[in-house]
Amino acid sequence: MKIKNEIKLSFPSKSCNEGFARSAAAAFAALADPSVSDISDIKTAVSEAVTNCIVHAYRNKTGIIEMTARILENGRFYIKIKDSGCGISDVKAAMQPLFTTAPEEERAGLGFAVMESFMDKVTVRSRLGKGTTVIMEKQLHTKDGGNEQP
Amino acid sequence: MQAVIEAEEKALTVYLSGEIDHHSAVEIRSDIDLAIERYKPERLILDFGEVTFMDSSGIGLVMGRCKIMKLIDGTVEIANASTAIKKVMRLSGLEMIVKI
Ligand SMILES: Nc1ncnc2c1ncn2[C@@H]1O[C@H](COP(=O)(O)OP(=O)(O)O)[C@@H](O)[C@H]1O
Ligand SMILES: [Mg+2]
Repeated sequence: MKIKNEIKLSFPSKSCNEGFARSAAAAFAALADPSVSDISDIKTAVSEAVTNCIVHAYRNKTGIIEMTARILENGRFYIKIKDSGCGISDVKAAMQPLFTTAPEEERAGLGFAVMESFMDKVTVRSRLGKGTTVIMEKQLHTKDGGNEQP
Repeated sequence: MQAVIEAEEKALTVYLSGEIDHHSAVEIRSDIDLAIERYKPERLILDFGEVTFMDSSGIGLVMGRCKIMKLIDGTVEIANASTAIKKVMRLSGLEMIVKI
């Protein structure tokens, strides 16, 4: 699908960047003039994916998180969040609601459940020791159907 | 993120504000737990009226407080959660264990 607009961000896995990353993604998505609830959904889903890089992928260390966001034609929003951390051994199991490897830190095990319910499509690619890439897409409910050039 | 704590009789009300995520949850958790320990309330009321954002870290925060309140035979209630926050809470089945 044709890319109408794109941003790339890369930042260290510090927890103070969770708020920055979701706000940046929301501000970028806002350029396509979506509904308030679309923005809120994107903010929440991005927060989950970025937090997972910080809490799980780069546990006890600091690494780089890469975020690419796109506005595609027809008002579709795309976001990729990539880490080069520990990876996930069983992605299917990890995506089950309530599954968590960090219960002692009060993780609810609902990050992937939030991503899947707030976005239209979630794809997770992971390799142990190499890292994880989460790609999410959402059809924005834009006022002009997303066809007008911004 | 800020937590203003008010204790009266047997109820402890925590007025949360700002954004609740993994980054802010740590501090807010220890504030609440200190107050629980101090007042040993029968009811813990978490007021989300001024909370502008919450992700699943907020669910972990509420669930964790439920566990602690259960240890002292107390209950947890959630007040004034916005539609967006309720949407996250509903996913967790939180309404089965706390009054929202
Ligand atoms: N980027 C990542 N790198 C390594 N492991 C991950 C990553 N994202 C998720 N996981 C694994 O998947 C599990 C489930 O993630 P999630 O649904 O967000 O729940 P939670 O973060 O509350 O544990 C995590 O506990 C962790 O084991
Ligand atoms: Mg998570």
